[in-house]
Amino acid sequence: MKILLTIYKNEIAPRFDQSSEILIAETEGEKISGNPRIILLPGTSGEDICGLAIKENISLLICGGIEETHYQYLKWKKIKVVDGVIGPYEQALNFAIAQNLKPGMILPGAGIYGEKS
Amino acid sequence: MTKKQSRAPIEANAALLSQLNVISLFDSMTIGVLFVDPARRVIAINRFLEAMTGYNREEIVGVHGENVIRSNLLSKGDPVGQVLESNKTMTLEGDIINQVRKKIPIRFTISPLQLSTGKKAGVMILLEDISLLKDLDSKIHGFSGQEKIIGNSFKMQEIFELLPIAARTDASVLITGETGTGKDLVAEAIHKASNRSRYPFIKVNCAALPESLLESELFGHVRGAFTGADKDKPGMFRLAHGGTIFLTEIGDLPLPLQVKILTVLDDKEFFPVGGSKKVSVDVRIIAATHRDLGEFVKQGKFREDLYYRLNVLRLHLPPLREREDDFRLLLDHFFLEFRTNLHKKIKGFSTACLRILSSYSYPGNIRELRNIVEYAVNVCPNETIQPEHLPKTLLSVPQAPSQSAPRNEGTAQVNEAAIMDDPEMTMPFTIPEPVGWGEVEKGMILKSLTKTGGNRSRAAELLGWSRSKLWRKIKHYGLE
Repeated sequence: MKILLTIYKNEIAPRFDQSSEILIAETEGEKISGNPRIILLPGTSGEDICGLAIKENISLLICGGIEETHYQYLKWKKIKVVDGVIGPYEQALNFAIAQNLKPGMILPGAGIYGEKS
Repeated sequence: MTKKQSRAPIEANAALLSQLNVISLFDSMTIGVLFVDPARRVIAINRFLEAMTGYNREEIVGVHGENVIRSNLLSKGDPVGQVLESNKTMTLEGDIINQVRKKIPIRFTISPLQLSTGKKAGVMILLEDISLLKDLDSKIHGFSGQEKIIGNSFKMQEIFELLPIAARTDASVLITGETGTGKDLVAEAIHKASNRSRYPFIKVNCAALPESLLESELFGHVRGAFTGADKDKPGMFRLAHGGTIFLTEIGDLPLPLQVKILTVLDDKEFFPVGGSKKVSVDVRIIAATHRDLGEFVKQGKFREDLYYRLNVLRLHLPPLREREDDFRLLLDHFFLEFRTNLHKKIKGFSTACLRILSSYSYPGNIRELRNIVEYAVNVCPNETIQPEHLPKTLLSVPQAPSQSAPRNEGTAQVNEAAIMDDPEMTMPFTIPEPVGWGEVEKGMILKSLTKTGGNRSRAAELLGWSRSKLWRKIKHYGLE
């Protein structure tokens, strides 16, 4: 399964369309296979991230706040979206692999950017 | 009353205030309130913000404030950071996305919080929902100026295709075209469709003022710069900060001012008249002229470097005589506009009248056509506009040769005398609807989908859009 996370520093970016950094990880069973890739985007655009998710054949997208239009579009493209997630992206990824990540989840490590409480 | 006696109630009030739960005071307010500490972690939110964001205050205390409001503030240069640094209140517009994925336009007011000891305690952010204001604004002003630009002709379709490209970038635009071809409308449409649309669009006619006044008008002056300058004047460039300045009749700009404009284009800063302090501005320049700037450059009347600097994106608006397909469309549009405004019950033009109108050469282009229609609708007392209701100048001017004049098919073969005598022969207004940008965009989508045999990815490529944008537009226009 290929997972895309919109990130800001060590956390899930608060807003999908304002993210300029994304992380793509591939999983096999309950493990991450290979090294996750971090991609810096030239600007912030929800459309561009949608396009990238399709191009990369993403199955699961984890993000913060997302507009309904983008959400419906990704859903239409058969991409599962877990939105409204708050907290460190590593934790989000681990929760997703363990199939415990839920939309709107505030992860235990949610604190200030770059710091884990 | 002694000093000691007067202090007692004040101390009592202070004690009372400290016992009050300040947040509960904000719960009765109908705007969202968020308190964050200097590390931007949520201290508290009021009830209205709970409803606005969909979060319960207990669950988000200690979480980074941005994760709660999900605003686009970070893309505006981190205003919260600026307020924490400067200790000054800041107001700006943006939006948030709430838990139900709704984007809400917001006016943010960010104020510093300071303890009585002077220590910074964080910031208070007021979030005012301005959806209604935005809706009203779009109802009054329309989505964009493009809706006002009418045209079905091939040459106008080309302009329609270029407009979104010009709106997407910050590059300078040079609009050329004869007088009355709609250069102002196009400039405004570009501004309204651009990211600068929330900021001012300032129009300056470079031919309207003498050089000395124009310099002060454009760049402002400081107090005492010249006789009569009794106070500082900001100037149009400073007023247009963040937005667009539209320099119309740029061909008439005096040479010394051309140098100054060039400096602004290159450095984005300038000295006001009589000032010693540079002023920085972020302004996009759109220029327009009815003159042949290339020829002016050859004659030394216009600086070559400024010409190339302005001529990044060039839009040439065709004269009316080259827009044959649009003549009837524009005529109907203006007729309906004036008939409604003047509460007249006129049904239309007689065929003889149409023949005169369609064979005139319109040196003043669309503006002239509009004025003629306004005159005719005002003057006509009956249900049909006859040739005698047209301006006399139009009737005395020799008609343009058929090749260059806009012609209206269907009028030429009809017996003029018979029609003029027969009110039943009035030309009804059943000609194609005026086409705005929305219709053109819809047509572009259909055209590209037809070209690619319904393949949306390739159609999106053809349009230069992302697939999601195409999908949104398809949904918007109901083309599914």
